[in-house]
Amino acid sequence: MSLLFYIFSGLMLGFGIMVIVCRNPLSSALCLVISFLGLAALFVTLNAYFISIIQILVYTGAVMVLFLFIIMLLDIREEKSKDWNFLAVGGGVVVLFGFVVQLISVLGGYEDGKQKMVPFPEDSSHEDVKMIGAEIFTNYNFHLQVLGVLLLVATIGVVVLSRRQGKEGSENN
Amino acid sequence: MPILISFIKIVMVIFVVILPMVAYSVWAERRVSAVIQERVGPNRVGIPFTKIRLFGLGQPIADGIKFLLKEDFTPGHVNKFYYWLAPALTMVPALLTCAVLPFGSELFGEKMVIADLNVGPLFIFAIASLSVYGIVLAGWASNSKYSFLGGVRSSSQMISYEISLGLSLVPVLLIFGELNLSEIVWEQSKNGWLLLPFWGDGAIWNGGVDRFFLLFPAFIAFIVFTTSIFAETNRLPFDLPECETELVAGYHTEYSSMKFALFFLGEYAAMIIGSGLIVTLFLGGWSLPFGLDAYLMNMTGDPEQIPWWLGLIHIGTFLAKVIVFILFFIWVRWTLPRFRYDQLMRLGWIIFFELALVNIFITAGILILTRGSAS
Repeated sequence: MSLLFYIFSGLMLGFGIMVIVCRNPLSSALCLVISFLGLAALFVTLNAYFISIIQILVYTGAVMVLFLFIIMLLDIREEKSKDWNFLAVGGGVVVLFGFVVQLISVLGGYEDGKQKMVPFPEDSSHEDVKMIGAEIFTNYNFHLQVLGVLLLVATIGVVVLSRRQGKEGSENN
Repeated sequence: MPILISFIKIVMVIFVVILPMVAYSVWAERRVSAVIQERVGPNRVGIPFTKIRLFGLGQPIADGIKFLLKEDFTPGHVNKFYYWLAPALTMVPALLTCAVLPFGSELFGEKMVIADLNVGPLFIFAIASLSVYGIVLAGWASNSKYSFLGGVRSSSQMISYEISLGLSLVPVLLIFGELNLSEIVWEQSKNGWLLLPFWGDGAIWNGGVDRFFLLFPAFIAFIVFTTSIFAETNRLPFDLPECETELVAGYHTEYSSMKFALFFLGEYAAMIIGSGLIVTLFLGGWSLPFGLDAYLMNMTGDPEQIPWWLGLIHIGTFLAKVIVFILFFIWVRWTLPRFRYDQLMRLGWIIFFELALVNIFITAGILILTRGSAS
């Protein structure tokens, strides 16, 4: 089980780095997809199938496809490598250093994180879908409704914004 | 040992069932289309060097050999890496989705499903949504306008119809209260198929009033789901991504030999697994109708144990139902004309999306009225 953990977390981190390193935006997007798949596989090793499937369904199946779509339709070309700007590189290193120090100090003080994560029991008796559903619709029902309204507002906003330009343009979708 | 058993199941399902079925559904497609158009179709290739023709059953094998032996040409203007990656990315998700489909009850005490997940239908949607990548990449990497337009059309079509596909499934899951496909089939085996609830507790004379009234939303869900599967698999009447009159061949215009064959295999495999999913959810999967399962199991004396011959009958039943659906797919393809692209989008977003949404409310309402509070 731990071997799988190292394989998939290595996959995740490696392709996560590739997202930044790749010059071609399409390659970056696909590396992010593989990184997401690695994360989903990590959830599977914890027997949390539902979250892993939702991870694939929402992020890789929907969000990243739209990303890819936009990259293709806008025809974003490969970025040309520029000369090194040493001031910017130095600034980046300082910010990175500060961020890592902050992460270590915050996570070091987090006592619950020191316990080993217990995977769900192996057998299919635990019903993670039902557990998550019951939790969301009882304890967090209000938050769920608020989120729903927020998404609805965003959807209406998108429709309004995209229909504004010219009445004749509204024919094509 | 469990790994070995899983391995055997994977090999059996993919190489013994699905891939030959793909090959022979291509043959069936050509023969059925010939019958519909009053032609003969491929009826000559039988056993080589003999006069035995076997209705042309050798044709798929000859086609497969042809695909392997043809020149594998990579045009100069393509993006090589993604051009090579795209066919595999179309094929693999299509085959992966068969992992959660229960293709039989039990054989020698072993469940006839590769991975008995508790999130079966969601798994299929998640993996099937990955196959868009192959098509998008094929269209983009080919660097040709036909391929690009085909890729864009295909992906927007798949994204649009995935929504109604997912929503039309919700009523089914509400009725069964279960996400495990094996359990769904067992329930249907005991208490009546979703579209045929006439035995067990599902029959109206045995108190299954809810199931009788739920037939209406179940039927709407069935229509929306089946049509969306047509759109998802890019089959006619929704094969806009590769419509020959406008786009040459759509996203696989620039592909030849085995790489083209992988797209072809992916499409047919998606069609077979889509049929399997429809059968599993709406028509009782591997189960025999009218409570025959329970009768046969009682006949052997031990109602818990499934004898091996019944297991084989179940597998046969599932395959028979899937084959009927494949023939339905083919029949539709050769009888209906192609939709126009805006008609397709309107159908998906304005009719099916709303219909599936309303259907969820109808189902929930019927469930509350007939079963009391949602338990």
